Amino acid sequence: MSAFTAREPLLSVRDLTVGFKTDRGPITALDRISFDLGRGEVLGLIGESGSGKSVTMRALLRILPQKRTTISGSILMEGRDVLALKRRELASYRGNDVAMIFQEPSLAFDPVFTVGRQIAETVVRHKQCSWDAAYARALEMLELVRIPSAKSRLDNYPHEMSGGMRQRAMIALALACSPKLLLADEPTTALDATVQIQVILLLRELQKELGMATIFVTHDVGVAAEISDRVAVMYAGRIVEMGSAADVLKSPAHPYARGLLSSTIHGAMAGERVEAIPGMPPDLANMPSGCAFSPRCAMAMPECRNVIPAPASVGAGRSAACIRVGSVAA
Amino acid sequence: MMEQATTSSRYILEVAGMTKHFNVGGSFGKSRKVVQAVSDVSFRIREGTTLGIVGESGCGKSTTARLIMGLIGMDCGDLLFNDRAIGRSAREMKAFRRQVQMVFQDSSASLNPRMTIEASIMFGPMVHGEDRAEARRNAHHLLERVGLDPARFAGRYPHELSGGQRQRVNIARALALKPKVVIFDESVSALDKSVEAQVLNLLIDLKREMNLTYIFISHDLNVVRYISDHVMVMYLGKVVEHGPSEALFANPAHPYTRALLASMPSLDPEKRTLSAPIAGDPPSPIDPPQACRFHPRCALARPSCLAINPALFDAGPEHVAACHRSDPKSPYWTEGEAQ
Ligand SMILES: Nc1ncnc2c1ncn2[C@@H]1O[C@H](COP(=O)(O)OP(=O)(O)OP(=O)(O)O)[C@@H](O)[C@H]1O
Ligand SMILES: Nc1ncnc2c1ncn2[C@@H]1O[C@H](COP(=O)(O)OP(=O)(O)OP(=O)(O)O)[C@@H](O)[C@H]1O
Ligand code: SF4
Ligand SMILES: [Mg+2]
Ligand SMILES: [Mg+2]
Repeated sequence: MSAFTAREPLLSVRDLTVGFKTDRGPITALDRISFDLGRGEVLGLIGESGSGKSVTMRALLRILPQKRTTISGSILMEGRDVLALKRRELASYRGNDVAMIFQEPSLAFDPVFTVGRQIAETVVRHKQCSWDAAYARALEMLELVRIPSAKSRLDNYPHEMSGGMRQRAMIALALACSPKLLLADEPTTALDATVQIQVILLLRELQKELGMATIFVTHDVGVAAEISDRVAVMYAGRIVEMGSAADVLKSPAHPYARGLLSSTIHGAMAGERVEAIPGMPPDLANMPSGCAFSPRCAMAMPECRNVIPAPASVGAGRSAACIRVGSVAA
Repeated sequence: MMEQATTSSRYILEVAGMTKHFNVGGSFGKSRKVVQAVSDVSFRIREGTTLGIVGESGCGKSTTARLIMGLIGMDCGDLLFNDRAIGRSAREMKAFRRQVQMVFQDSSASLNPRMTIEASIMFGPMVHGEDRAEARRNAHHLLERVGLDPARFAGRYPHELSGGQRQRVNIARALALKPKVVIFDESVSALDKSVEAQVLNLLIDLKREMNLTYIFISHDLNVVRYISDHVMVMYLGKVVEHGPSEALFANPAHPYTRALLASMPSLDPEKRTLSAPIAGDPPSPIDPPQACRFHPRCALARPSCLAINPALFDAGPEHVAACHRSDPKSPYWTEGEAQ
């Protein structure tokens, strides 16, 4: 169902590594992340708090704080080296090529300007068109995200909108310059259930209509299932499993991914005991040697502590980073 | 399953006609407005069971909890604990407060950063007159119970713990007063899935061991379904449905409950949700819609829904809902159907 074609991927990430200097010493927040993303494809990024999902997104948008950050590896967008972009090129990259939506619309909107003006301003900045044309585009965008009586909503300040409507307006802002890649960092997490599903369906429709690739970060397996073509599971800064959404979510291969799925409460479980993963996620300043999951893993063997397992193929279009996967029947 | 023995137990907590309106605005020449946070809410809970409360942001779940705890006063309504009305006298209130404890969502805000976790757990019982040695013994026992080795954790400060560990401390602290009822307000919502599962297992074990009664507030419907014996659905300050968990999830009687359940993401990428069950956001509890507060978003609404407040009808054993058009005995049941 994904728009995978024989053409080159839209985005190609190789060995992306991000380190931070922190008060407690250096940490590796992302450790050799590699993946490709096809045009129009949706990649769901799941994993627990602190596993590096947001850092991945911020690295792709090049908005990590320069001073305390070290980045290595490569990010190629349509073959262009994103990590080498200069200031000027970056400004056009953000907006025209890539745009981001967040959990909190207040990060995207300035409270002192109307929503219409802020969308129009982005359009003027990136497309060098007239303000009239930009406002027309803003109206078109608010209609596209199905905001009722869009015309009068152009003049609303962000606080004059309900939570769900602000989230739609932020999507309108992100899509105003027709980016090829949308980065969505938990955009529905703060919304109520009945509004969340509306926003997910809207994003799914727009993404298809506009042929836009999307990376969608969530810690909610259900949300990932609703929107993703492929899913990557992160643990302690590494991608531990990646494959089609159906493969990864219905028959996970990596022990962490299996644990995550079996500790996710779902409808059929009432009365059963939840299979919880013992222990806590690791401290990045004090990482276990070898496989980062080994201290919590029921399948761990002494070798697991010696080497960091590299992602290896475990079926068509599917990989897992675990030395025991493959040796043990799933 | 675990509930059989408890379905016939007595009611430990009863709430009748509980109402709380907040006045907001009124300064800078703006007109005063009233937030109808909780309107005429009634329910009762059997001892040893769990009542889940669900509903969208602002529907009055936390206000309901704070009213029961006596943290804010009711405008009107009654609260019965073990068949006794809880009056306003300070002594009665203090005794009641000890029996009903609450665990909040934000695990760090509710712990004193300058107190070791042992001291935090001992504090409440000592205020209530327990001596230090006894309080310490109990604190260590509870830390063990919630899976934190007292030898390693008793002397630590909150910032030296992870979120999941802090939430365990909050649970231990609530239990230190030997309550009968514990209210969890989004207490596991901020935890990672794998840690959330550990804490839920812990809550179920503690409930059984200590014959506790829980009120469990969460926006995660799967978790509520999993942990609750009964579920109460609120919409804009009112109870729209209340029933045994399995019956309510299998046969929701109110159109809002149906929409809420149908909005849950599918866990199967091959069976995605095809269309949104309802449009729009819930309206503001300032000037909520007249009569049935759900009518502006309801596909079944008819003129009577805008004019007459639907009363709770019997939708099954211990199962009630407030909707004209879902109650076969309602005079408005088939209104407009003929046209
Ligand atoms: N600017 C920074 N300086 C230092 N450490 C950082 C910085 N940004 C992120 N980190 C650390 O990097 C790790 C990964 O953080 P990230 O925000 O990517 O997690 P996440 O997977 O998005 O988690 P969540 O689900 O909680 O949003 C965390 O340990 C975090 O504390
Ligand atoms: N002290 C207060 N003063 C004014 N309004 C209040 C006060 N406390 C609560 N409210 C309002 O009452 C309504 C109900 O709030 P409440 O916190 O009970 O909702 P909730 O169901 O717990 O929502 P959430 O899921 O977001 O926690 C909201 O509109 C809220 O803004
Ligand atoms: S009473 Fe009317 S408006 Fe309210 S839920 Fe029932 S049908 Fe819908
Ligand atoms: Mg994040
Ligand atoms: Mg609340």
